[in-house]
Amino acid sequence: MTPSPRASSPALDPDAGAADDVAAVRDAKRKGLSVGAATGLYGISYGALATASGLDLWQAMVLSAILFSGGSQFAFVGVIGGGGSAVGAALASILLGIRNTLYGLALAPVLPRGGLKGAARALLTIDESAAVSASGTTLAAKRAGFWAAGVWVWVFWNLFSLVGALVGQRVGDPGSWGLDAAAAAAFLGLLRPRLVKGDVVAVAVCAAFVALLTTPVLPAGLPVLAAALVAVIAGLRTGGAR
Amino acid sequence: MSYLWIGVIVAALASFAQKWLGYQVPPAVLERPRIARMTALLPVALLGALVATQTLTNGPSLAFDARVPALLVAAVLLWRRAPFIVVVIAAALVAAGVRALGWG
Repeated sequence: MTPSPRASSPALDPDAGAADDVAAVRDAKRKGLSVGAATGLYGISYGALATASGLDLWQAMVLSAILFSGGSQFAFVGVIGGGGSAVGAALASILLGIRNTLYGLALAPVLPRGGLKGAARALLTIDESAAVSASGTTLAAKRAGFWAAGVWVWVFWNLFSLVGALVGQRVGDPGSWGLDAAAAAAFLGLLRPRLVKGDVVAVAVCAAFVALLTTPVLPAGLPVLAAALVAVIAGLRTGGAR
Repeated sequence: MSYLWIGVIVAALASFAQKWLGYQVPPAVLERPRIARMTALLPVALLGALVATQTLTNGPSLAFDARVPALLVAAVLLWRRAPFIVVVIAAALVAAGVRALGWG
């Protein structure tokens, strides 16, 4: 998918020349593909776990295609696999999906409104697309990064969910291929360009600590949400001085 | 239709609604300085948290395993301005290698 033409809003970096912009867009697309492949491979574990938990192939695939949010999907099949009810599974999934609303807040000024693209941008709003978009240095790169990461993760995630659901546990754990570390490195790579000012570094470090400290006490996925509060507090405090 | 199917459909539609909702906040609200500052810092906080949890947690517990040396290698490569894909592949190779040697 290609980014839509530039809207009338000014570029985020007015000094970036056309050549810089083209390079930034190419860079964002490349990042989207790498992130999509690394994340999508996790779909194998999801698909295998889903069918082992008692979902049929179609139920597993409806979650990958439409719910499309890894944390929520793992929570859903985890509750079902643990003997929980369909209501409990849906609630766990919804709880983990709250952070996607926050991504929409951050992405709204960057992406086009309404129509089919409006629906597509909602569907593709996940950790990875928000992260790749945030690492873009120009408006066009932010858009290209969102679409590239969103589309590639969707394609690979669904493809490998299907593989996982069909071949089950025989493939083994993606962790043994180092894919868990690859995902961590990808998130770090997306974070690094933003770490230019001391207060931004402080927010990232505080958020990391909050996530780690809350991991043993909160259900999966919520520590990341708790860490988002660091940004809310930092934004309120420093914003008030202006 | 089984209860499980209803759960699947409700969760899928709710997820879409949650994603859609974030975009419905009026631009005027997003342009207020405090809100703008907050939405600019949100990805930083979320990424910091994702790096930490993806590296140092295993389910509900903290873990120190092959992902740590992998992330250190990734950090050095990023600091040396290596291309993104090189950093990601190097991290996977280090973690897989360390595990093949029997640790983490």
